[in-house]
Amino acid sequence: MTEPDDQIDRGPAGERVLGRVRIQTESLPSPAAPAPLPARNGGAPLIARDVVFDIRDMAVYYGDNQALGWTTFKIYRHLVTAVIGPSGCGKSTFIRSLNRMNDAIRGFRIEGQVLYHGHDVYGAEVNRVEVRRRIGMVFQKPNPFPKSIYDNIAWAPRNLGMREDLDARVERALTQAALWDEVEDRLRDSALSLSGGQQQRLCIARAIAVEPDVLLLDEPASALDPVATASIEDLMRTLKNRYTIVIVTHNMQQAARVADQVAFFTLDPGADRVGTLVEHADTQTIFRNPKDSRTRDYVTGRFG
Amino acid sequence: MSALRLRLRPRAAIGAEAARAGRTGDRILFALCAGAGLLAVFVLGEVVYQVISGARPAISKFGLGFLVHSRWAPNFSAFGAAQALVGTVITSIIALSIATPLGIAIAVYLAMMAPPAVRTVVGPLVEMLAAIPSVIVGFWGLIVFSPFVANHIEPALHNVLGFMPLFGAAQTTGFSLLTAGLVLTIMVLPIIAALSRDLFLTVPVELTEGAAALGATRWEIIRGVVLPTTASGVAAATVLGLGRALGEAIAVLQVVGDGTGIHSSLFQPGETLAARIANEFTSPESKLHIPSLFYLALILLVIGLVTSVLARMIATRFDVHRSLA
Repeated sequence: MTEPDDQIDRGPAGERVLGRVRIQTESLPSPAAPAPLPARNGGAPLIARDVVFDIRDMAVYYGDNQALGWTTFKIYRHLVTAVIGPSGCGKSTFIRSLNRMNDAIRGFRIEGQVLYHGHDVYGAEVNRVEVRRRIGMVFQKPNPFPKSIYDNIAWAPRNLGMREDLDARVERALTQAALWDEVEDRLRDSALSLSGGQQQRLCIARAIAVEPDVLLLDEPASALDPVATASIEDLMRTLKNRYTIVIVTHNMQQAARVADQVAFFTLDPGADRVGTLVEHADTQTIFRNPKDSRTRDYVTGRFG
Repeated sequence: MSALRLRLRPRAAIGAEAARAGRTGDRILFALCAGAGLLAVFVLGEVVYQVISGARPAISKFGLGFLVHSRWAPNFSAFGAAQALVGTVITSIIALSIATPLGIAIAVYLAMMAPPAVRTVVGPLVEMLAAIPSVIVGFWGLIVFSPFVANHIEPALHNVLGFMPLFGAAQTTGFSLLTAGLVLTIMVLPIIAALSRDLFLTVPVELTEGAAALGATRWEIIRGVVLPTTASGVAAATVLGLGRALGEAIAVLQVVGDGTGIHSSLFQPGETLAARIANEFTSPESKLHIPSLFYLALILLVIGLVTSVLARMIATRFDVHRSLA
């Protein structure tokens, strides 16, 4: 195990220094202008919120195929933003583009800008390892490492040089993920001995152990039973006090239960099946009074 | 569909003949497969029995002292396995200690770093290295590689590490345990590289993505996730390589130099168990010569079986944590 200083691939010197301080969003440059206020249905503004992601004209291509049309909207701090839409509409492509998980996919190309606290995530000087350390991700299928429960949580902090009080860090992460009480006595057991729901909470604990700023959840409950799903949803309601959460779900009830804001994507039939953002608004508006007829059809179950 | 029909029609109507034919087919299949399995067990038993009974005269004459006596002089009826045993161990150690890290590095490159164009060309080439008949590798070792070792590798090693007796003065021929070890490295490398690459490719993408999403670098992902997940398989691949290194007779015989005595320097000619058996079996010089060669074979067999069992134990130990639930 090396100290971060030895790891040349972590990026230029300036970034490494940044990487070693405890990340607090307040310390990062915020956009100069106050966050634009999303209008409620009647035009009444919501409370002013910090913008975490400012997505401008984002388009994604895999080779020659466009997967996601030009998408523009903002994701606000300490809110749960749900991304909903039918299968194949680019939900996963969208969320995986926020922490550069698509970089490894051959032919991946992105246009427009993804500004994270004002910094372009795809900027030339940006190190994607650093991006992912701040923007954590939990996947559809629980993917604990074949290590002990403890080592699953401690692995990433160790890599990042957060060695002090590792035990306390592990306990804190597990507590925040509402798993501590269940695994307290068996931290040395293999993580694969946990149930599916526990494994998924372990993956959430693993993601928050490195103190990210944002949690991206890509259909985190779709492989789980209703009881485990409920516990994950409870967890999201608690976690949004500390983190900004973006969740992809194909389950509209889930979006209605946990999200503060909803972005509805669909397949644009006119443009060669490209995923498109149809509407982004707060949850109430999307479900009770959507502006776009396609949104209404989808949330009322007439489509998709 | 067929289940439905089964329920609707009386049992006899299905066609008792067809059913019996099915059962007969099953029986034949069972007999064939079980027979094949038993044949493997029988062959192993038969080989072990023949080797032991062939070695019996030498065992009763020399006992376990055979293992520690190094003098091998067939015309004086003096036989000891120590020299060949040491040669086998040293050449295998050389081969594995170079081929294992190198093979894993090749596998990591091919499985995780190489662009597809390189992967599709280099991957099969590495596998083809294993397809070269050993006599050809030995021939190349004899004609090309031995002089190279004598003229370049041995002097260089002697200059840098000459303070250790292991790296004594360079010899003129290049026929040495070192050359044999290096030739074995070439033969073991593709086994370890190809098997490890296949193993690395089986690591679920969910795991590597999960690690990447935690801000892990490529090296951290390889070291923390890919290697631990595949450790048992890589260990097994290494043991397969060891099996080849232990048992290879022809290529070793061509470059090892048929030396006598145990020397501290790797640059001296030597002998291995397999090479000696292959070399001397056709021309026995005294009554106990053939039984003594059988005794060498027995030693080789025991080493091979022990490593195989060891590999199995390593594999099961790691396997508990292996597969993704």
